[in-house]
Amino acid sequence: MARVLVGVKRVIDYAVKIRVKPDKSGVVTDGVKHGLNPFDEIAIEEAVRLKEKKIASEVIAVSCGISQAQESLRTALAMGADRAVHVEVPQAQYDTLLPLHVSKMLARVAVDEKADIIIVGKQAIDDDSNQTAQMTAALLGWPQATFASEVTVADGNVLVKREVDGGLETVKVKLPAVISADLRLNEPRYATLPNIMKAKKKPIKKLTAADVDVDLAPRQQVLSVEDPPIRQAGSVVPDVDTLITKLKEKGHL
Amino acid sequence: MTINFFNVRKFYTKAALYKNVQLTKDRFPYLKRGSYSMVDSTDIEYFKNLLGVNNFVTGEEVKSYNEDWLKSVSGFSKYVLKPKTTEQVSTILKYCYKRGIAVCVQGGNTGLVGGSVPVFDEVILSISAMNSIISFNKLSGVLVCQAGCVLENLMNYVQNEGFIMPFDLGAKGTCQIGGNLATNAGGLRLIKYGSLQGSVLGLQAVLADGQILDCLNTLKKDNTGYHLKHLFIGSEGTLGVITKVAIQCPNSPKFVNVSFIGLESFEKVLSFFSLVRKEFSASLSSFELMDAVAIKSVQKNIGIKCPINDNLKFYVLVELSSDNNYISHSIQEFLEKALDEELILDATVADQPSLIKNLWKIRENIPESLLRYGYVYKYDITLPHELFYEIVPEIRKRLKNLDVKAVCGYGHLGDGNLHLNVATIEHNVEIASAIEPYVYEWTSKYKGSISAEHGIGFLKSKYLKYSKSNLEIDLMKKLKNTIDPKKILNPYKIFPQDEIN
Repeated sequence: MARVLVGVKRVIDYAVKIRVKPDKSGVVTDGVKHGLNPFDEIAIEEAVRLKEKKIASEVIAVSCGISQAQESLRTALAMGADRAVHVEVPQAQYDTLLPLHVSKMLARVAVDEKADIIIVGKQAIDDDSNQTAQMTAALLGWPQATFASEVTVADGNVLVKREVDGGLETVKVKLPAVISADLRLNEPRYATLPNIMKAKKKPIKKLTAADVDVDLAPRQQVLSVEDPPIRQAGSVVPDVDTLITKLKEKGHL
Repeated sequence: MTINFFNVRKFYTKAALYKNVQLTKDRFPYLKRGSYSMVDSTDIEYFKNLLGVNNFVTGEEVKSYNEDWLKSVSGFSKYVLKPKTTEQVSTILKYCYKRGIAVCVQGGNTGLVGGSVPVFDEVILSISAMNSIISFNKLSGVLVCQAGCVLENLMNYVQNEGFIMPFDLGAKGTCQIGGNLATNAGGLRLIKYGSLQGSVLGLQAVLADGQILDCLNTLKKDNTGYHLKHLFIGSEGTLGVITKVAIQCPNSPKFVNVSFIGLESFEKVLSFFSLVRKEFSASLSSFELMDAVAIKSVQKNIGIKCPINDNLKFYVLVELSSDNNYISHSIQEFLEKALDEELILDATVADQPSLIKNLWKIRENIPESLLRYGYVYKYDITLPHELFYEIVPEIRKRLKNLDVKAVCGYGHLGDGNLHLNVATIEHNVEIASAIEPYVYEWTSKYKGSISAEHGIGFLKSKYLKYSKSNLEIDLMKKLKNTIDPKKILNPYKIFPQDEIN
């Protein structure tokens, strides 16, 4: 049976209106509701289902981030992960953390925990990088199957249906492997109260970046974060002819 | 990346979309058209000149204004007038009053008692083009706007200023504030913010003869004479056309928490309600009940899954809103205890906006999900808490041998307001007569209200007597006849026809 490692990230809730900090150094996170990255939720759900199908022996949730990342790990545990690893990254370093740093930490934890499968969300909805799965696979020298919309594990292989332009592509990779979860892979369950209560007893192992030998020195500098331009208000035209004239005037026809 | 939710009432269901709604005059053949003037070519010219061709609707497009959201009634009006200003409403009514033309006043047309569509060929006066926000005072929280503003737009507008609307409805994406006032809409937050009457500071209305009555006060306190504005709140368009509204908005609560809870019996629901109210009285902003049939209907017909064990008999949604973050912690502790004591059987708790929306979506989709069976008999009654659910199994028993898809109970338990819904494939006289007037007699026997928040409209007019005494109805008629002696505004509504005409 396989041991599954799932990467989870705490992000601003997708229903929250994002505000840019006045100094344009980033977005406001203080006092803003956060939650589990929706794609990571899908990743956990898939791992838990593998366990329910007796394909996985253990599901370990990993998060690299500030102390509040533990909230997301608790949610993952309530959804059915068996235990968690928190690589704590202080706020100052977290501000400049990149997917490469996270991939290095994940790869090392995967080796230490003797994982056979790593599942992560295809991207985090805050920075939309879509790099962690790919780089983790490269660092480990494992095969990768990204944008999974269906996962089947059999005989030491993983069959993954991926969503590509114009259809589905099926790839077969050998274990150990890295999988990234796409939106349609599954519909994640809610963390219910009885399970939240049980999750309180599940262990969270705490590590630092030094414990996993990853240098968190920044590799890029954010120059400015800006609001998207405000959309101009539209106008109502009286009839189709005026619409066509206006479209022609603007060179759209 | 964003994951969008769509508002259900913006989209008509497939079944409902293609179904031909029987004309009200054919379904109720005993009804007689009042002796109102027919609209002639001179009238049409007059309206066109006044409003411009874009705001005078005729032809195929009128269909959606003739039919109600439930697809239960349909008028056959040929004309829709869409004024943009109070002055235009005044000019239209002055003209119609002089000519004796009947007028059906319409907002977002999300009403559930056939009150917002014509019964015969009344000219439809749609307020939808009157959708400007006039002012918002950040100090007092008073919003002044035209009556055709869509509730959800107002919600978003005041939210940006750190306020909320004092009420919320499943139909928020379509319903309009003027219609909300005219029907005294209740909804999901009543338990905390009270009925609309308390939040509306003032309004402007146009009377049947075109006079503009300006009660557009923005003062919190004003005891000078009769509170005429209250006449129009809940008048269902029979006394005047509300054109502007001043409404008091509370500050947004800093923290909102929603829990979705499963229980095994209605007795436990009541014990749980009593405990929740004792523990969280100040922050309790919703306490909604859903029975197993309602949850199954949403699962099956809309495809939203139940967040917790879907094999339980009752579900409640509890919303707390507060200015301190402690509620999340204390509700969780409270629920854990209730779980230990087996008062509740399963639960999930959310303080993230996205999760909160998802949980609310289940409750808000119940009406839509039932409509997908084809036709829904809707009863909206207020009952004492201990009797709240009793009528549902009672009705199930009465309908046991008839072809019924679902009999379910849900609603605002916190306010004692039950929605009893019976879903069938199509309207059927036998089923209707097995429910009515039984359900009204039952409600009346226990001193309940036969229409808690939906109003009387057209469909419930003959049952008005179950909730109002003769003297009350007499006084109502006197008012109606004084303010609108020609009875051109929303005829056939509220009062049974034989009594008023």
